[in-house]
Amino acid sequence: MGKPTGFIEYLRELPTDRAPLERVRDWKEFHHHLEEKTLRQQGARCMDCGVPFCHTGRLISGMASGCPINNLIPEWNDLIYRGLWKEALERLHRTNNFPEFTGRVCPAPCEGSCVLGINAPPVTIKNIECSIVDRGWDEGWVIPQAPANRTGKKVAVIGSGPAGLSAAAQLNKAGHLVTVFERADRPGGLLMYGIPNMKLDKQEVVMRRVRLMEQEGVKFICNAHVGENVEPQIFLKEFHATVICTGATQPRDLPIEGRSLAGVHFAMEYLTANTKAVLDGHAAPIDAAGKDVVVIGGGDTGTDCVGTAMRQGCRSLMQIEILPKPPPDRDASNPWPEWPKIYRLDYGQEEAAARFGADPRVYQTTVKRFVAGRTGGLNELVTVEIRWEKNEKGQFVPKEQPGTEKTVPAQLALLAMGFLGPEQALLKELNIACDARSNIQAEHEKYTTSIPGVFAAGDCRRGQSLVVWAINEGRGAARECDRYLMGNTDLP
Amino acid sequence: MKSQRPSQQGLYDPWFEHDSCGVGFVVDIQGRKSNRILHQAIEILKNLDHRGAAGSETNTGDGAGILIQMPHGFFKDAAKKARFSLPEAGEYGAGAIFLPKDRIRRRRIEERFEKIVQSEGQTFLGWRTVPTDNSMLGDTAKGSEPFIRQAFIGRGPGLDDAAFERKLYVIRKRSYTEIRATTLDGAEYWYVCSLSHKTLVYKGMLLTTQLEQYFTDLGHPAMETALALVHSRFSTNTFPSWDRAHPYRYIAHNGEINTLRGNINWMHAREARFESELFGEDTPKVLPIVNPNGSDSAMFDNTLELLVLAGRPLAHAMMMMIPEPWSNHESMDEDRRAFYQYHSCLMEPWDGPASIAFTDGVQIGAILDRNGLRPSRYYVTKDGRVIMASEAGVLDVPPEDVLAKGRLQPGRMFLVDTKQGRIIDDEEIKRAIVGERPYRQWIAEHLVRLEDLPDGPEAPPPDHETLLQRQVAFGYTFEDERMLIAPMARDGVEAVGSMGNDAALAVLSNKPRLLYDYFKQLFAQVTNPPIDCIREEIVIGAETRLGSEGNLLHPTPSACRRVELKWPILTNEEFAKLRRQHLPGLKVGVLPILFRVTRGEKGLAKSLEELSAMARRMIEEDEVNVIILSDRGVNADFAAVPALLAIAGLHHYLIREGLRTRVSLVLETGEAREVHHFALLIGYGCSAINPYVAFETIDDMIREGMLTGIEHKAACKNFVKAGAKGVIKVMSKMGVSAIQSYRGAQLFEALGLRQDVIDHYFTWTPSRVGGIGLDVIAQEVLTRHRAAFPPRASDRRILPTGGLYQWRNDGEAHLFTPESIHRLQKAVRTGSYPAFKEYAKLINDQGRNLCTLRSLLEFKAGAPIPLEEVEPAEKIMKRFKTGAMSYGSISKEAHETLAIAMNRIGGKSNTGEGGEDPDRYVPLPNGDSKNSAIKQVASGRFGVTSEYLVNARELQIKMAQGAKPGEGGQLPGTKVYPWVAKTRLTTAGVGLISPPPHHDIYSIEDLAELIHDLKNGNRHARVSVKLVAEVGVGTIAAGVAKAHADVVLISGYDGGTGASPQTSIAHAGLPWELGLAETHQTLVLNNLRSRIAVETDGQLKTGRDVAIAALLGAEEFGFATAPLVATGCIMMRVCHLNTCPAGVATQDPALRAKYAGKPEHVIHFMRFIAEELREIMASLGFRTIEEMVGRVDRLEPKKAIEHWKAKGLDFSNILYQPDMGPEVGRFCSMAQDHGLDKSLDLTTLLDVCRPAIEEGKRVDAHLPIRNVHRVVGTITGGEVTKKWGRKGLPEDTISIHFRGSAGQSFGAFMPKGMTFRLEGDANDYVGKGLSGGKIIVFPPEGSTFRPEENIIVGNVALYGATSGEAYIRGMAGERFCVRNSGVYAVVESVGDHGCEYMTGGRVVVLGPTGRNFAAGMSGGVAYVLDENGVFPSRVNKQMVALEKIEDPEELNEVRGLVERHFKYTQSSRARQVLDQWGELAPKFVRVMPKDYQRMLSCIRRAHDQGLTGDEAVMAAFQENARDLARVGGN
Repeated sequence: MGKPTGFIEYLRELPTDRAPLERVRDWKEFHHHLEEKTLRQQGARCMDCGVPFCHTGRLISGMASGCPINNLIPEWNDLIYRGLWKEALERLHRTNNFPEFTGRVCPAPCEGSCVLGINAPPVTIKNIECSIVDRGWDEGWVIPQAPANRTGKKVAVIGSGPAGLSAAAQLNKAGHLVTVFERADRPGGLLMYGIPNMKLDKQEVVMRRVRLMEQEGVKFICNAHVGENVEPQIFLKEFHATVICTGATQPRDLPIEGRSLAGVHFAMEYLTANTKAVLDGHAAPIDAAGKDVVVIGGGDTGTDCVGTAMRQGCRSLMQIEILPKPPPDRDASNPWPEWPKIYRLDYGQEEAAARFGADPRVYQTTVKRFVAGRTGGLNELVTVEIRWEKNEKGQFVPKEQPGTEKTVPAQLALLAMGFLGPEQALLKELNIACDARSNIQAEHEKYTTSIPGVFAAGDCRRGQSLVVWAINEGRGAARECDRYLMGNTDLP
Repeated sequence: MKSQRPSQQGLYDPWFEHDSCGVGFVVDIQGRKSNRILHQAIEILKNLDHRGAAGSETNTGDGAGILIQMPHGFFKDAAKKARFSLPEAGEYGAGAIFLPKDRIRRRRIEERFEKIVQSEGQTFLGWRTVPTDNSMLGDTAKGSEPFIRQAFIGRGPGLDDAAFERKLYVIRKRSYTEIRATTLDGAEYWYVCSLSHKTLVYKGMLLTTQLEQYFTDLGHPAMETALALVHSRFSTNTFPSWDRAHPYRYIAHNGEINTLRGNINWMHAREARFESELFGEDTPKVLPIVNPNGSDSAMFDNTLELLVLAGRPLAHAMMMMIPEPWSNHESMDEDRRAFYQYHSCLMEPWDGPASIAFTDGVQIGAILDRNGLRPSRYYVTKDGRVIMASEAGVLDVPPEDVLAKGRLQPGRMFLVDTKQGRIIDDEEIKRAIVGERPYRQWIAEHLVRLEDLPDGPEAPPPDHETLLQRQVAFGYTFEDERMLIAPMARDGVEAVGSMGNDAALAVLSNKPRLLYDYFKQLFAQVTNPPIDCIREEIVIGAETRLGSEGNLLHPTPSACRRVELKWPILTNEEFAKLRRQHLPGLKVGVLPILFRVTRGEKGLAKSLEELSAMARRMIEEDEVNVIILSDRGVNADFAAVPALLAIAGLHHYLIREGLRTRVSLVLETGEAREVHHFALLIGYGCSAINPYVAFETIDDMIREGMLTGIEHKAACKNFVKAGAKGVIKVMSKMGVSAIQSYRGAQLFEALGLRQDVIDHYFTWTPSRVGGIGLDVIAQEVLTRHRAAFPPRASDRRILPTGGLYQWRNDGEAHLFTPESIHRLQKAVRTGSYPAFKEYAKLINDQGRNLCTLRSLLEFKAGAPIPLEEVEPAEKIMKRFKTGAMSYGSISKEAHETLAIAMNRIGGKSNTGEGGEDPDRYVPLPNGDSKNSAIKQVASGRFGVTSEYLVNARELQIKMAQGAKPGEGGQLPGTKVYPWVAKTRLTTAGVGLISPPPHHDIYSIEDLAELIHDLKNGNRHARVSVKLVAEVGVGTIAAGVAKAHADVVLISGYDGGTGASPQTSIAHAGLPWELGLAETHQTLVLNNLRSRIAVETDGQLKTGRDVAIAALLGAEEFGFATAPLVATGCIMMRVCHLNTCPAGVATQDPALRAKYAGKPEHVIHFMRFIAEELREIMASLGFRTIEEMVGRVDRLEPKKAIEHWKAKGLDFSNILYQPDMGPEVGRFCSMAQDHGLDKSLDLTTLLDVCRPAIEEGKRVDAHLPIRNVHRVVGTITGGEVTKKWGRKGLPEDTISIHFRGSAGQSFGAFMPKGMTFRLEGDANDYVGKGLSGGKIIVFPPEGSTFRPEENIIVGNVALYGATSGEAYIRGMAGERFCVRNSGVYAVVESVGDHGCEYMTGGRVVVLGPTGRNFAAGMSGGVAYVLDENGVFPSRVNKQMVALEKIEDPEELNEVRGLVERHFKYTQSSRARQVLDQWGELAPKFVRVMPKDYQRMLSCIRRAHDQGLTGDEAVMAAFQENARDLARVGGN
């Protein structure tokens, strides 16, 4: 370790963001970069732990603690402290195919379990990760590395989200010929259309990586919707193996009165349409401009809806969260190194607060019904407060509080309440067994489905989760697929 | 009747027995024979009784014996009685022989012997049965008692004295092969005590007091001799051992040969080249030279005898076997250096602590090893006698009859020649011997230094393209680079780490591990001391010579045709020189050690066979005498043979073939890169290593910017230095001081290698649980190789991350992982037992990631009982202890949390080696107590005062620590915060050193003495001895039990540390499973188990761990890392950096503020452990721990272990139960008899002093004293402290005047208010731990010798003394004032290593000092009167500056001390100095530690700024810590 006393000498420092009211005027990324000197000091704050919890990636109390892809965080922290950026990049790429994605969109469970975080602000791991890889691209260190030898095996990857991309990248490294099938018009899946541009730039970040993979020999076929314009049986006939990475795109619905009114949309529908409009340069088909917007769901997707609506110029904004407001600091029942369930002001809320004067979130609240206006579309909705109470089985369930109903103006309501699992059509076509939660049945670390030679990874296997878990799974499935094809594997 | 000692069984192996002893002789210088000499010798022996030992029976001794000149007068009559007649004196040889009691068997054996005598052309004269009286013998001795007869052999025609003696030797040697080594009934008794025409030995398994009574001959008035050598033995076992009593034929030995296995192998290898004109055709008959059944001393004797009989004078042979340290000697004359250098080409030293008395019947003398680790004192009397013994005062000599009193000095010899009738001193003997041949010329002509050879061609340039691949093939990791190689290359020192080792054993690892990882380093504990290779560098020999060895028996000038290397590790440039040299008589050959990957696992074995064959051809046909084994050329097709396997395999092949001494083995390898690797390679016979990939790695790291501020050459030099110093440290842990003797000494134990691998490649290496075979070793190589040369992969690959030292997801498995740490902390914070069980499950069920041996054991189901019937947790927790963590290594908060918690549950916490703040002895208002129940006494003796001792419930002597057995410690000045300094009684900001050995424990009888001392210091505390598991630890534990310890602690190798070299954390010592099982088995075998409690620790984490420990034989249990984790430690592993973010292992106030641990956390942990244990006990049907102890029958190996490596393990030795009767206890059930009631204190002194103790009244008394009165004043002192506290009594309240020779530890731990005057002299350890008292020693009235030139107090006086005064009129021995931290002492001359590690106080020396003065001295001041200007050359200047006394006030203080010295002792020397003060005062040299000086100036400056007290000290401390110019100890 370069500097044992770094954590005593330096305070945690993150780059400033662009000012909220300025950044909502465009779709560009909202983070600035830190100066090298500051970054190196931030790297020096890493204590190079004997047991680095940040690098763990275990589920503790149901949440990821530490990095699910086991990023070699202490090692690259030390390397950047020493100014060895290129070596840091190599260490980073060793475990993570796409640090520029996780460095932007990961909620950073690593920081939640950073040992320094026990009694001080944790190391800025995520920012350091992003800085390393951004610098790598800037310096031209990230270059295509096509495999020296090809095995002659053909592998199909269905879906080009983070799981599909990492599986494809790894399988390509092992020398297989990889074809990625994507049903959208652009590759990237969730990375392309699920996450808005200001958080993850599509041209400069996502497509840059896709192009690199193409140069390394991965073939991408877009607009390839298996079951519609692609015959499912080709996977079994024309490929030696297939990896399914179709994600958990089945959204959770809110089947209440007025659900079918115009102006009530799933978040993904809204976000996808918007990003496509931004990229293609046409008007957004679902536009919040001038509307009262209510986002239902307090997660990251909800936040992305908030940020998008802000940029589209909404008139007012409310975000509804069914859970209680988290405490400002860790609760005793949520000790380190668990993921800290604390109150955070994310970018979207920050922007809304700057514009409207307050955090747009209301807690312990749900929507009772959507109410149409005179034109027939959504005009307002009725919320009700809930309280979490134990039922007879001892489970906490929400209970509506009588007399707390409120009517809220809303011409656009966005349902961001999570996802239920993979879409089933393709799975039925291929006759793949699923588990009770409708996810593809395949053991973690093995990734083998009920059909030999067909593997599954990412949200379609584990259910809705983080980008970083998707990368973990894509890599793992690639490894097992390689082993299946060759009898052995050198993939990690 | 058991006639034989137990053979190897279970984990017990007789090879690891040790013994140690008292030795003495008396001689009439003129050679006048008398009966008086014999009697005086027997008297000496009786007075050495406390240096011997008895086993479980008090009337069975370990052995005693005597060697005298042939008592012709006595034999003449005795022969007549036996009905044969003897020729003239000198015309016959005689010797006592042990025979079976059965008449018929005996006769058959005797006849065979007689035939041998006749066939050698000598006359067999007759047998005489030696009359014996065994009525007082104990059952064990009696049970194995032989029938003893003397055989008489008449000199054959034409033999001169020497030839006759040689013939007798041939006869004896033949009798071994033709009688003892046969299957003849009763042959196992056959043992020839001596067979000579000059000397005769009587010895047996006797107590010293029994010798004379047993051998009635010895009481016969006609028994006359001019010299007599006696010996009293202390063995670490209680087994029958008649033949292991000393003296042997030429020597009696107090000590131990550490390099024995190597010496035996080399001797064996040499035999093939033996040619001797003197022996002629008899040469083959005397082989093997070394009797494989003997002890180390016996083997030493065997070799010495050969050298003497082959024509060398006795003194010459001794100089070859125990050379003084010559290579680092600053002032040795060139002839003598050349002698040693030449002989080092013939034979390696027999290295280890030794005081050897030797005689051939004409000359008698003694020699001390280079370290001077055994005491030897002598008197020369006016009537022409010399009395020499391990102690002074063993024979009463009136003061007026004493001509001189001396001691044997390190590396020096002392010889009396009865023919010449005079004493010959070291200088004269050696001058004569070294002048016999032109050694200097021979060396000049033949020996070449490597640096004088012409440069070789440029070393091959580093190949970066392939470097990564080769690194991966050789198993390099990023961690190796960062954690090991970088510190070595940057700083020239080995990397330091902290916390314990909880990673998987190599044989349990899922990863391919390097072969080195399957070996664990051995280290010295108890029976011999480790060496401080830094502070006592003067004794170290690092040089190596390459080439063929000559004929040991017929030395020629060309025998020293060698290349000499300074270090055993070669840079590329040096290696190129060696490889390309063209010296006549030196030929270098290179053999590749690669095998074709496609040949697979079998290819490895085949390539090793081919290697042997090629080497043989090279030696025999090409006359090559340096073979280089090289693994250059690793590529996609060729993998490297593990270098260790190649070296060790070839080494043993060449030994077996008798070719070994014709060639040196040199290694060019990419594999070796850390100290442990180098040590192993050398330990298995390699002469020099060129680690070329390590150098390329350094180059690469510099190029990449991983290593900055240093260029390649300097970095490589640093790396070599760190490697070589590291190897020296590894060998010094074992007490070995010369690389030459370490080479091939195989001081390792294998853990996880199958016996056939051991037998074939690592012959004689202990490996007790089996393990992997050659196929798996090959598989590991091939796995790495595949990773290096994967058939398909496109990534720009980088080094794998590692994970051995820090946890990594894809690295080695560890017990403490993020998950287990989290679960444990959650459990103890919430007090949830179910949560604890989740934690325990992670640790216990190691599933796919095996870490520990115990994970492979299972409980054998028994009849379960209800949980309520098991003894309660409260009772069980009393057996729990927390580990010895010093205040200094951990914070006050953490230290006190542990103490409070353990006191609440009735367990015991441990001070560690750092003293304790006396405020903690006072209970808190709420009833809690911060007083640590166990007070540790370690080598640094920090804060060990009388008060500390009396406040203990248990006193623990730390012989070794799991994380760094055999090593000392060092607390850098920046960590000696004012509060740490206070409890350690030292100066803030000044670095502290704990020496590797306790300087009062060099052998088992010394340990017995310290146990006794501490027991005197606090009669109510148990005394515990902490050992670390290694092969042979059971035998040591048996010795510890015999030394009357109440508890023995067997620590696993994996225990924690605040700072240790990484090599030691991972590679020294063994898991406790092995050490504990061996200890229990050996104690039971010796019937000693019932008198000592056995404790174990080392990564104990769960109730299951404790249950297994109990079943393997422990009844008490220690925990350290886990309770720390319970209080918030998160295994940062930075304890050594003072940056612990949890506030546990730091002194930084800001970080300490973050400490969040509570006693409840620790209590929860302990209770949960006990509860889990109770559940297991219930399921096994045990109601109490006692029922459980040692019940290995309730354990079994897990069935169907599928692990690729672990499946080869065999647990039968661990689960072995010795076959002993029901009367033999299996847990501690009786108390030790410490014999305190016989002490002078309890018989006399305490009563005398009672008025002072009870009422503070003055007491004056006169008492006689003898050497058997040991540790006088300590019990009394303890009573004073108990009553009067740390302030003691007013000066001189108790004033006792003793007359005589005081035994060891005179005045130990004596508190203030006590003054002892000793008129006479004293043995070792005077004023040990002095705690405020005053000691005055002066020669008795009537003495005529000059006191300042005669030894008056023994070695290691004032060791660890903390305050008080001492005035010694005369010379003190070696190591005066070692680790003194506050005593003011005046002495007139001191031996070597004076004021070593001193940290405080004042020492005035009014005369010359020995060498290495002030080594490691970090505080206090010494003033040495240096009249002839030689003193500076005697000083170790690493840490001190030499100055004049400038300050008049200081000069006055010194004068004051000299005045007091005169006042108390009437010293003529003091008078003279005072009289000539003006002239002599400027000749005082002030020895000032540099750090101490700097700190004192800082404090002065702080005072100048108006600060006072603690504030001033803290300000000074901070200023000092910021001062980058600080220099450390090393």
